[in-house]
Amino acid sequence: MYPSDLRYTKEHEWVRLQGGVATVGITDYAQHELGDVVYVELPKVGAKLTAGQSLGTVESVKAVSEIYSPVAGEVTEVNSTLGPNPETINKDPHGSAWLIKLKVNDPGAVSGLMDAATYQAFVSEKEKDASA
Amino acid sequence: MRYLPKSPSERREMLDAIGARSVADLFQSVPEALRLQGPLNLPGPMSETELVQYFRARASENSTGYTSFLGAGVYNHIRSVVTDTILLRGEFLTSYTPYQAEISQGTLQAIFEFQTLMCQLTGQEVANASMYDGSTAMTEAVLMAERLTGRQRILVARSVHPEYREVLATYARNLGLQIEEVGFARSGQIDASALAGALDAQTAAVVVQSPNFFGVLEPLPKIAELARGSEALLVTTIAEGVSLGLVKPPVDADIVAMEAQSLGLPPSYGGPYAGVIATREKYVRQMPGRLAGQTTDNRGRRGFCLTLATREQHIRREKATSNICTNQALCALAAAVHLCLLGKEGLREMAAQNVAKAQFALAELERIPGVRRVFTGPVFNEFTVQFPRSVRLINADLLREKIIGPLPLGRSYPELTKCGLVCVTETTTRAEIERLAASVRTALLQPV
Repeated sequence: MYPSDLRYTKEHEWVRLQGGVATVGITDYAQHELGDVVYVELPKVGAKLTAGQSLGTVESVKAVSEIYSPVAGEVTEVNSTLGPNPETINKDPHGSAWLIKLKVNDPGAVSGLMDAATYQAFVSEKEKDASA
Repeated sequence: MRYLPKSPSERREMLDAIGARSVADLFQSVPEALRLQGPLNLPGPMSETELVQYFRARASENSTGYTSFLGAGVYNHIRSVVTDTILLRGEFLTSYTPYQAEISQGTLQAIFEFQTLMCQLTGQEVANASMYDGSTAMTEAVLMAERLTGRQRILVARSVHPEYREVLATYARNLGLQIEEVGFARSGQIDASALAGALDAQTAAVVVQSPNFFGVLEPLPKIAELARGSEALLVTTIAEGVSLGLVKPPVDADIVAMEAQSLGLPPSYGGPYAGVIATREKYVRQMPGRLAGQTTDNRGRRGFCLTLATREQHIRREKATSNICTNQALCALAAAVHLCLLGKEGLREMAAQNVAKAQFALAELERIPGVRRVFTGPVFNEFTVQFPRSVRLINADLLREKIIGPLPLGRSYPELTKCGLVCVTETTTRAEIERLAASVRTALLQPV
């Protein structure tokens, strides 16, 4: 379910680190909880983010959610295809619906995030709580 | 929303159900020092007959039979009894925007119609369900500009209504906004060169009013161009909506904040009035307040519902776009009904009469020795004149003639002593204007 090459946060963002550049998106669990996404608000290229800082919002028909930067870095690219096609987030959250790319300050910080198995367990626990 | 009184036994039943001894028990979590000690200083209850007698007595204290030349943000226009008849229908008697589309189609449609009319009037793409009044709408428009630009510096024309500027200052005080005022030129319009000099890369918005507080129309395309040069937004506030019957809509503005009083609400002490915010569609997510949208129901029929509510306070709490979560639904309905009754031609005709009568009044006053027009800029239904003596002294004489005279401008503008703001609408008759001129003439002949 959750790709093993990604790292995950408790706020349900994922990170893919490639050569000092982190691609950030929201997880399948997050998109499912949000429902149909209708609008995405992303930062400007060049914005400097600290870990845990809000990078934008994802708006669905029932809620607006703040998205937090999993690591510190500078925004090098934003996914402009999400503007006209925000529903991509529901269809392909771990792939083509990435949100931003960050030149990370400290690549080591990414390894401090959850791996796929830990995140899967974290999410399963949440789902159990929700059905309890 | 109904108010349902409770009997003592019903209160007891509810208190028992939650295990409280008294109503006072419910406030135990508030520190004692902050709690009200003793009952409020209010008169006791009255019977229906006593109430009617009381209010008849109060109402008889009202002055009647006066001719008013006061405007300055509140305008007396003709209204139809049809508006009040519709307003008094029980189904509409709420100031709240309904959440539940399944039981509120009539109210939601009325709000949708209001929004549509506001877009047509202002030339903007989207308007909300209404705000509290013009001053809070203007302030919310400024906060919106701050969110859109990420900048904190606001340039406000001194020709914007002084009370609107006070409301803005109150909001801005604790929000880190830096408000700077830009003076006016001999035309009565914003000093364009001062504005050009003040604009910089930290400026979020330029705020002007048109017609402005002196009654003068601002050159909006020129101001918009200056603002755009610094990537600042233009917020245009309108206190006299009837002007839009003739004047080009403020299409150059990025955000329009309007007072809807003159569109179907009578002048009344303290309101209630209604504010309007209209803007470009691309800014809709930063627009405060409620928005009614058109949709189709599960059988494909046209219907209405609140839309984009996900950014509001009851859902997003402290991250909400603004803390306005309500509107002036009944006042907005009055404006919608009033405008529909007038129609496009009616509004144009009303506006044309305002201009014609104001020009006549200005000409009559200018014929009086020592009375002169202050500003050269074009006006709608208000204008500023300077008298050879204090406006207050003149007004005291006019009041004895049952004329409520011009607004003395010296209180808000020390440089405009002896200047008065005169308002003439379609309700003012030629005879009344001539009586004003004659009375001013007589007043000026009195020894000071």
